[in-house]
Amino acid sequence: MKIDAQGMYYRDLNAKVREAVSGGADKIELDNVNGQYFIGDGINKPVTIIINGVPGNDLAAFMNGATIIVNENAQDNIGNTMNAGKVIVHGHAGDVLGYGMRGGRIHIHKDVGYRVGIHMKSYQENRPVLIAGGKAGDFFGEYMAGGVLILLGMYTDDPDKAKHGYLFGTGMHGGVIYVRGGVDESRLAKEVGVFDLDDSDKIELEGYVKEYCKDFGLDAQDVLTEGFVKVLPRSKRPYGNMYCPMPK
Amino acid sequence: MKPQPTHYFEKDISNCGLTGFVSKKGKRVEGSVIIKSISLMHDRGNGLGGGFGAYGIYPEYEDFYAFHLMYENVMAQQMTEEYLEANFFIEQQEDIPTRRTKAIVSPPAFRRYFVKPLENDEYKEAVEYQGLTEEDVIVRHVMAINHEIDGAFVVSSGKNMGAFKGVGFPEEIAEFFRLEEYSGHIWTAHNRFPTNTPGWWGGAHPFTLLDWSIVHNGEISSYGINKRYLEMYGYLCTMLTDTEVVAYMLDMLIRKHGLTPGLACTALAPPFWSFIDQLPDNERELYTSIRQVYGSALLNGPFAILFASNKGLIGLNDRVKLRPLVCAEFEDFVYMASEESAIREICPNPSRIWSPRGGEPVIAMLEGNV
Repeated sequence: MKIDAQGMYYRDLNAKVREAVSGGADKIELDNVNGQYFIGDGINKPVTIIINGVPGNDLAAFMNGATIIVNENAQDNIGNTMNAGKVIVHGHAGDVLGYGMRGGRIHIHKDVGYRVGIHMKSYQENRPVLIAGGKAGDFFGEYMAGGVLILLGMYTDDPDKAKHGYLFGTGMHGGVIYVRGGVDESRLAKEVGVFDLDDSDKIELEGYVKEYCKDFGLDAQDVLTEGFVKVLPRSKRPYGNMYCPMPK
Repeated sequence: MKPQPTHYFEKDISNCGLTGFVSKKGKRVEGSVIIKSISLMHDRGNGLGGGFGAYGIYPEYEDFYAFHLMYENVMAQQMTEEYLEANFFIEQQEDIPTRRTKAIVSPPAFRRYFVKPLENDEYKEAVEYQGLTEEDVIVRHVMAINHEIDGAFVVSSGKNMGAFKGVGFPEEIAEFFRLEEYSGHIWTAHNRFPTNTPGWWGGAHPFTLLDWSIVHNGEISSYGINKRYLEMYGYLCTMLTDTEVVAYMLDMLIRKHGLTPGLACTALAPPFWSFIDQLPDNERELYTSIRQVYGSALLNGPFAILFASNKGLIGLNDRVKLRPLVCAEFEDFVYMASEESAIREICPNPSRIWSPRGGEPVIAMLEGNV
């Protein structure tokens, strides 16, 4: 079903979306979206929501199993504490993506802003994956506790910009970040180190990249021809000695 | 009885919202455009402050300082008008046109005066013996009115520009001030969500001095240091909120000390020492000097600001980008806003959209003699 969101207040739009979901719709297309907050928040059914336009902040927060496809750019705070499901953005996206995300996928085609993947976490079979196809701002993977962050640096509107910003991995203490074509070590936070991929990493990464490329109609071989590095935390407790030394 | 929900599930959004644009070729745009942009971010504010900065709106009085005055009582108006008559040639004075609306309850009175300073003894003393400029004299008068006349506040004091602000959502303030009747080539707007200081008419954004105007989202934790630093140079903070220091700081850095707008931004949001240490010698010396000389000008805390003048529009974030700022270009227009959608609402297909880095100013100056 289709909903024309032209000039619609976010509460009214989200009420209509929730009504459609509880009415059993499996595909909801929202036309003329511009800036409406909280779309797809808390939806726990496997519906597909297609957004034509720029959705507002806090897209897909607490989402549990739905798929959101944004055929435009998106703004800040996508997938806050998202549990399962997928968000696909066919443009760029803003700051603080995947905050505390605990499962599911976020695929961004182009550039992303500051603090992407902040405090992502994982537990047993819940393993969130966030892939940015373009370049990233500072604090990529800040306080990351689990899950997988992937930065490709390929699909950007700003060729002169560095692939990633400063303070990369600040406070990271779990999970893994894969970066295509290496990282600028002068921009890494002191909490992280750079490693080569082992065979199991390569298999896992290939799976993520193929799914990502399928979503955007890209050739996975173009992505995989270049080598990746793996960024890992040096410690599970980077601030353990900050206030008082830990017993040995 | 119907069961009540345990929570109200949609959170209150607590931000400020800002938006602005400039036509670098000086094309004048109606007020309805900026109203449309800021209204899209209605929920970033809470109705306790809205305001607009508009440039190029008084071409018929472009050689006169346009004083927008806010009066809380009749006595304030009488005293201010006596003060103005003693110190200025007043080409024109009138009430600022307003519209009676439901949303705006008991507003203060607003008048505007198009003035030039009289060359009286005080003026001659300042210019001929103290080495001050005409603009310094204007700044003195603005400070004197704000500080000494109870209930009178200068809302703006630049040439060919004006600020319109008050307590309400920005679209309500726009309706009150009949903003759709003005056209300008630079517009800024602000939607306030006051957190640390009162929501009152003088506390709405923009904050101004001469033709500088600032709209700000965030909080300036260094307010005390900045305020005391500015007081040494005769700037008095009277508006009860942090943003005021930014207007005065930029006036001092750019107009008085002759810094370029880019270097002034560096003083407000300088790189970290660890970054400066990695730079080549000449740049390291430059940034070190800026930090040493202007340590008290540094703005600490999260912020995104837009500051405008008759020369252009500049956007700036704090160094670690704790507040949003998105920019876009289309033809000779440059747009800056808290959210991309606020730009797309008035410019659906920009040729370029980007998010500036923290501490990296976006400078959009007018071309030639607009």
